Amino acid sequence: MSTNSGDQSRGSWTAATRGQLERRLPWDNLLPDRQPYWVGSWVYVFGVVTIAALAWVVASGVILALFGPQWWHLSRAGRFFNSLHSWSVQVFFVFMVLHLWGQYFMASWREGRAPTWMIGVVTFAVSIGSAFTGYLSQQNFDAQWIAVNAKDAINSTGVGGFFNVLNFGQMYGLHVMLLPIGMVLLVALHVIQVRMKGVVPPIGRLSQPDVTREMTEK
Amino acid sequence: MDQPAGYLHAGFILISWPNLFLIGIMLVIFALALLLPFPGHAADDQTEKKS
Repeated sequence: MSTNSGDQSRGSWTAATRGQLERRLPWDNLLPDRQPYWVGSWVYVFGVVTIAALAWVVASGVILALFGPQWWHLSRAGRFFNSLHSWSVQVFFVFMVLHLWGQYFMASWREGRAPTWMIGVVTFAVSIGSAFTGYLSQQNFDAQWIAVNAKDAINSTGVGGFFNVLNFGQMYGLHVMLLPIGMVLLVALHVIQVRMKGVVPPIGRLSQPDVTREMTEK
Repeated sequence: MDQPAGYLHAGFILISWPNLFLIGIMLVIFALALLLPFPGHAADDQTEKKS
């Protein structure tokens, strides 16, 4: 029976994907209950604070999108959620940069972790785009001022034909839909990469699989 | 509050005081994260040394 089902699944992309996932991302790695001892440092908290701030950004952004510009400018609750959105973005960027400093000085791209690093770089770039389109979506004079000042710089790069900062609909659509979805997917991919490869060990120290192998050999 | 921020202008360096202040706070947080002990870390470290 098992041979038959094995034969039947040969050539199936779902079976191949399942096999790849089972090999590369077992449940123990995806949802670990223990971490190596070197993770016991406040430096490793920066990443999770960034994710927590992103959750606040998304949640407050959903509320703002539900009620609209008049509400977020004129009502007390609207101004509260507007501020919550703005300040959680500040926290997000501050802790993302602190996370970047920490990972830079640890050389976290070591031992096959380059994709994790690169996904982080792309996430940083996309989050800058999200913040910029957010400034343009405020629906106030500040947003207009930023748009009018930015248009020449954007046009000089040659992307002005595709990315028109004076087009509110385009900026708002990018800000509330495409860029947040992209960012959440990238962050999820970043975390999955960390779970696949494990947290980078201190420089000059063997990684966890190497430590286990060394202990077994002894 | 509702007026442009002051700027530090020293040679080629031009930065607003609020931005400079924020970078200073970030450096302090980073230094504290390196220096402050993490709860439970010492116990785990000893466990590893015993094994």
